[in-house]
Amino acid sequence: MLLWRIRTLNWNACLWQLSMDARVKPAHDEWNSAWARVDCAQIAASKPLTENRMPEAPTELSVSLWRGGVEGRYETYRVPRRDSQTVLDVVTYVQRHIDPTLSYRFACRVGMCGSCAMTVNGRPRWTCRTHVAKVAGSGRLEIGPLANLPVIKDLATDMAPFFEKWREAKGAFAPSRTRADAIPRIRPDSPARLAADAAVECINCGVCYAACDTVRWNAAYLGPAALNRAWTLINDERDAGNVARLQAVAATGGCHACHSHQSCQEHCPLSLNPTASIAGLKRRTALAYLKGELKP
Amino acid sequence: MNVRLYVWQRATAALMVPLVAVHVAIIFYATRQDLSAADILARTRGSIVWGAYYGLFVAAVSIHAAIGVRNVLAEWSPLSERHAGRLGLLFGLVLAALGARAVLAVVL
Ligand code: SF4
Ligand code: SF4
Ligand code: FES
Repeated sequence: MLLWRIRTLNWNACLWQLSMDARVKPAHDEWNSAWARVDCAQIAASKPLTENRMPEAPTELSVSLWRGGVEGRYETYRVPRRDSQTVLDVVTYVQRHIDPTLSYRFACRVGMCGSCAMTVNGRPRWTCRTHVAKVAGSGRLEIGPLANLPVIKDLATDMAPFFEKWREAKGAFAPSRTRADAIPRIRPDSPARLAADAAVECINCGVCYAACDTVRWNAAYLGPAALNRAWTLINDERDAGNVARLQAVAATGGCHACHSHQSCQEHCPLSLNPTASIAGLKRRTALAYLKGELKP
Repeated sequence: MNVRLYVWQRATAALMVPLVAVHVAIIFYATRQDLSAADILARTRGSIVWGAYYGLFVAAVSIHAAIGVRNVLAEWSPLSERHAGRLGLLFGLVLAALGARAVLAVVL
């Protein structure tokens, strides 16, 4: 079953958050407020997410949620407005208090797992880190499944094509050594390491994939996330799969299909820049082609 | 678009930057100097330089536009990549033929 419908968060999520807190640099203002907001004790007690949030805002939100599969429709619910409320809190409220058959996907609730992305008022967003205050000034929310992916039910999309394209772009690390070999030394300030660093924090949320017009009109296009991933591996000096990887991203549907209009960069919740990664791939593949290393 | 088409399209674009600049400068010169058609033909007839210059221009335009049209068709029409490629090629050949005819008319 592709859906991860986790009804109560547990200590794991809290410990995960605390351990990752030190490692992941905040890339967005939503992150900053997020770390201060999660109340681990409350989560551990498995209380409903909406309880104990003070003070309660007096107003209500009008929330339209996509219901059904491809042939569904938007249905409107009234949800109490709360302080520091996220879009994921709103969806969770509807499922817990109004209609338990609502399907959606989330796991970490702290911007780590990348599973909670949805279309919020027309824009793809990670819902666990999107504050209602930021996106619903009018008190209205329209929340649908991510675009460019098949809808399973309600707000849950089938991510299989997204990850299939990671595979096609050779997004898996290809080891060049065995455990018997010494660990290679990578200088933190080497150009390759810096290029990989700039792109490596991707959480596979699919927001860029949903935001990309080229994905929408070109079914063969690998998409920003898979190509961004390929770029990190191409800059990984320990990786041995670059010939096959360059071949994969230089083929029809690869990096040269990108129009560089930067919608992916604009929407990425981690402020990554897949457009820059793809531009790097274009340069690298063109050079390899001119040297005769690639056979398109 | 694959890397081969990408390299050809970018290379022809780069080539056309100076060619277009010189072409525009020539147009300004010809109009400022009030050159008649006969004056222009007197300069271009039998000129290998003008023949090579505009011959190269026509070749670059034909290749560049053919790849562009192929891409537009592949992305925006229901045609398959292969059919879009064939139509793009046909478009390029028509451009090359029209361009070659024009170049030959002024240099021969
Ligand atoms: S820059 Fe490329 S990958 Fe990013 S949204 Fe545009 S076409 Fe898609
Ligand atoms: S690049 Fe950004 S938007 Fe795209 S999948 Fe990764 S984290 Fe999400
Ligand atoms: S639930 Fe994990 S990123 Fe939103």
